[in-house]
Amino acid sequence: MKRADVNFLQYPYILWAGLFIFIPLVIVLWYSFTVAGADGDAVFSLENYERFLSPVYMQVLSRSAVLAVKSTFICLLIGYPAALIITRLPRMWRNTILLLLVIPMWINFLLRTYAWMVLLGRRGVLNRILEFFGLPGQEWLYTETAVLIGMVYNFLPFMVLPLYSALSRIGKETIEAAEDLGANRFVVFRRVVLPQSVPGVIAGITMVFMPAVSAFVVSALLGGGQYMLIGNLIEQQFLYVGDWHFGSSLSIIMMVVILLTMALVSLYDKGASLEGGNLW
Amino acid sequence: MAGHIRDSLIRMDRVCKAYGDHRILFDISMDVGEREFLTILGPSGCGKTTILRLLGGFETPSSGEIFLDSRPLSGVPAYRRPINTVFQKYSLFSHLNVFENIAFGLRIKKLPREEILRKVGRMLELVNLRGYENRLVNSLSGGQQQRIAIARALVCEPRVLLLDEPLGALDLYLRKEMQIELKNMQTSLGITFIYVTHDQEEALTMSDKVVVMNSGRIQQMGTPEDIYNEPTNVFTSRFIGESNIFDGVMPRDLLVSFGGREHVCVDRGFSPMQEVHVVIRPEDVRVCEPGRGTLRGEVLSSVFKGVHYEMMLKEGDRVWMIHNTKNHPVGTEVGIYFGPEDIHIMKRGEGE
Amino acid sequence: MVKRPVSLIYLCLIFVFLYAPIAVLIVFSFNATRSTYSWGGFSLEWYRALFQDRQIMRALYYTVLVASLSAVISAVAGTAAAVGIHRMKARIRRIFLALNNVPVLNPDIVTGISLMALFTALHLRLGFGSLLLSHITFSIPYVVLCILPKLRQLPAEVTEAAMDLGATPLYAFYRVVIPEIAPGIFTGLLIAFTLSIDDFVISFFTTGSGVNNLSIVVYSMARRGINPKINAVSTLLFAAVFILLLIINKRDAAAKQLEV
Repeated sequence: MKRADVNFLQYPYILWAGLFIFIPLVIVLWYSFTVAGADGDAVFSLENYERFLSPVYMQVLSRSAVLAVKSTFICLLIGYPAALIITRLPRMWRNTILLLLVIPMWINFLLRTYAWMVLLGRRGVLNRILEFFGLPGQEWLYTETAVLIGMVYNFLPFMVLPLYSALSRIGKETIEAAEDLGANRFVVFRRVVLPQSVPGVIAGITMVFMPAVSAFVVSALLGGGQYMLIGNLIEQQFLYVGDWHFGSSLSIIMMVVILLTMALVSLYDKGASLEGGNLW
Repeated sequence: MAGHIRDSLIRMDRVCKAYGDHRILFDISMDVGEREFLTILGPSGCGKTTILRLLGGFETPSSGEIFLDSRPLSGVPAYRRPINTVFQKYSLFSHLNVFENIAFGLRIKKLPREEILRKVGRMLELVNLRGYENRLVNSLSGGQQQRIAIARALVCEPRVLLLDEPLGALDLYLRKEMQIELKNMQTSLGITFIYVTHDQEEALTMSDKVVVMNSGRIQQMGTPEDIYNEPTNVFTSRFIGESNIFDGVMPRDLLVSFGGREHVCVDRGFSPMQEVHVVIRPEDVRVCEPGRGTLRGEVLSSVFKGVHYEMMLKEGDRVWMIHNTKNHPVGTEVGIYFGPEDIHIMKRGEGE
Repeated sequence: MVKRPVSLIYLCLIFVFLYAPIAVLIVFSFNATRSTYSWGGFSLEWYRALFQDRQIMRALYYTVLVASLSAVISAVAGTAAAVGIHRMKARIRRIFLALNNVPVLNPDIVTGISLMALFTALHLRLGFGSLLLSHITFSIPYVVLCILPKLRQLPAEVTEAAMDLGATPLYAFYRVVIPEIAPGIFTGLLIAFTLSIDDFVISFFTTGSGVNNLSIVVYSMARRGINPKINAVSTLLFAAVFILLLIINKRDAAAKQLEV
């Protein structure tokens, strides 16, 4: 009541959030349900979504999805043991290791990806090392492998952090209790550790899957442009083809996929930190 | 004291407060005199803090009116009232040092530099914090923060100082000390204090007048002696009366004599051989084997009350009420003892 | 479960994987030759070339300008927004907190194209203005997220205490609330600056008229292949972001120590 004088501060924000956050999404939604009519007017249509169902675009979607799944799976495969090892480290080491894990995420995504171009080039460092050992150099750059490496590289910390937070919450006592009851280490892992880390696994999966699905920088730089993902398709529609209607429907589809995954995550796990997603 | 109290400085006239359907205060009417130390006493949720907030200007009455010097206060915002508050959680400004915290109100009044320096200096002297000017408030102890909160309010020279359970967060020893200091400040500065607490002992030792509240209604109003000796209703007698109150004298500070013995206590500021009331709560009296404690007596009755036995004990010509977890059969002799901090001293005969 | 040496080797390999690309990039930025294959001796040649490249220098100018402006504007607007959100009724607050989080959680590409669509609908020519507006848009939510906890920690009584001592509500706001949440505002400002320097995707879609930031220049150069000048730019950007985040963390650590 007495604070009335500064209460006006909420109105500019309501206006701002409406104009720059809400309305843009409405515009995109509107574009996705319209096509350019004969006289240049926009006409309501489901054509954009129908068009998406054609084999060419479904192939792009499936390629994006497969690649996202692959990189998520590799991140999980590499990240799970890493997270497990970190939880077993002495306390004073743990924070340093976690910090070291986070630092690369602070660095510009674009530059992190570009760095791999230097490493993977035909006359790059990796081939130099191979040749040093007498092995033949390979064509790494502009292949699916390069895109995959780039994604795993960029998203691995997003997998390790939620896994770590889930695993570190499993009490030592639980494990000791299980061992006390006669379980060997493998059984303890399968019956105690693994089930309790499920929320972390799910959080990690979404946190890698979401950016992997929407990525377009990695594929553009390491895939050399011939490797089209849904993100590249959106970029192309907006910047080169100029079909904003189709581009918008692609964006909406992507958002729906991501929202569904997030809803799934919040169903499974309310505790695991999603904040890692804010770090870059 | 009563002789100094002029006509009412603050008058609350049938003040009600409700939030929607939820009624907090019912028809509160009271007068607070100049230089009076008035305590509003009641259990948590009884509406006592709401009264302070109404006086401070942080809430407006749903009906009724509050007068200061016979002028209505409605429509006067908090920052124009000559009333200052010591908040329960101190609410110091953590971005300012001790000096600037105290100077805050003076800077708003745009007083000249030298005057601010002089007034803040005097306040620091008053609350014994000279030399702490440049310290950050978060680096100070709870007791020190509380002194700053008091100094910050008093430096504005308010007509009325409102104190909302200001000692609640302090430990027992500090609380005792601050009670005495607060009372001394009030007497020497001649400012009206309105003090809110749920601690009956605090209310009874410090106040000129006590207002007992429950569920948004005033239960009883009067001097501490009135409230003690003649509780007018069940609530007051329950809330106040369950104490052992005896006559005694203070041969000197920190020592009280009653029941033919001298007992060390923690109360100060009395003239030699001053007559006092001694208050000891039933739960503060501990029972031991006869001859072991400081006093001995015979058990008159013992009733199990769920968590403890309520025993009546005859000791000399006094009857004690004692709460004890162990039962002692009627007729047996037991010893009793209590710590210095369990003894509460009330001045007797003042203003009578 | 896993034997000690084996697990340590495993962790080391992961860190080699994480840091090798960055290290290689930094090392080759000091290479005397164009090669990223062999070491031709130490040289600052690429840094010299960098500072003579007008396109890169212009991009650097825009990067710093946009980052500074958007950081300052976002800090001011974000503070107002945070205070506004804080004062909202609980139900409305939840809605606006969710809306606030949209740019944080949405893929950058969606934020980018939706802002591009908005600017076009408003007939705003893509260029410096649209770039700045976009950066402010995605920075404010982070500033809000930095300040809201500080506001929550600030007891309502502190404002009341100020008014009790004679402060008008506005005086209390500027002299008490703002100083008390200042650490949050400053962290928000630094984060907004860092995010702005770091952003590529949103800038890529919302700029035009020859106004580019460093990321966009790097992207267009990198699409054409490896360029030693990018190595030098990258090294400088690493250093800048690293120093900024070091400052942010130092401040946080110092603040935590004070609280303890």
